[in-house]
Amino acid sequence: MVYLTRKAEFSASHYYHNPAFTPEENRRIFGKCNNPNGHGHNYTLEVTVKGEVDPRSGFVVDLKQLKEIMHREVLDAMDHRFLNKEVPEFFTQIPTTENLAIACWQRLQSKLETAKLYRVRVYETPDLFVDFYGEL
Amino acid sequence: MIAHLTRRYRFSSSHRLDSAEMSAAENLATYGKCNNPHGHGHNYALEVTVSGHVDPATGMVCNLVDLDGFVEKEVLSRYHLENLNTLQEFAQLVPTTENLSVEIYEILQRGFNKAHLDGVRLEETMLNSFEYTGEEAKEKLPCP
Repeated sequence: MVYLTRKAEFSASHYYHNPAFTPEENRRIFGKCNNPNGHGHNYTLEVTVKGEVDPRSGFVVDLKQLKEIMHREVLDAMDHRFLNKEVPEFFTQIPTTENLAIACWQRLQSKLETAKLYRVRVYETPDLFVDFYGEL
Repeated sequence: MIAHLTRRYRFSSSHRLDSAEMSAAENLATYGKCNNPHGHGHNYALEVTVSGHVDPATGMVCNLVDLDGFVEKEVLSRYHLENLNTLQEFAQLVPTTENLSVEIYEILQRGFNKAHLDGVRLEETMLNSFEYTGEEAKEKLPCP
């Protein structure tokens, strides 16, 4: 079994707000992230797939296909977007790094054919990242 | 849904590696330059990984303000710009980065209750890093 990781970058804005909370609660829980005009990050996405090495190609996965899937499913939807307003998952969920990692996993999982998705890692900054392994 | 969140922190400390159980010659042979009696320092980078169910109300495993506050108060303020050898925990224990990783893990394990502690990873330099996930851990990585 070999694990392969492909990296991609995207830039997006977001803010944290739960309509069920009062304005005061939103400010207390989310702090500056509650600014309704949003703020942005340069995100790094790392997608790790696992699989046996195909004896004919020597590949776990065709990197070209993996790259295309990542672009189509994640980057085209999220790069240079306001996540709360333009990405459907975040019409109802708060676009934290946790939820972003889960959304990336859900967008990618069913599209991968040969290799199995092992981990999605999303860096919000170089000092903060979230790993999601599909655990329910 | 269970997510694993890692936060990275930095602190700088000095230390000297010298074991009371070894002779002077043995210490020098074992620790080399790190045995210099006057000590030396590092810029450490600490990664703390916690995990848990993502709270649907906040979208969070735990509020970063809580994690940052705890690490600042209990870890960074204790070790940043200090000589590790002068601290109580290293009175009998050589302040290697292995031992420092375990100490920091224990501080978090004892006091941080807002999420499950997966483990800590400590970089002594850009070339050396150490991970500790507790005595019971069978697997190195905190994942299925």
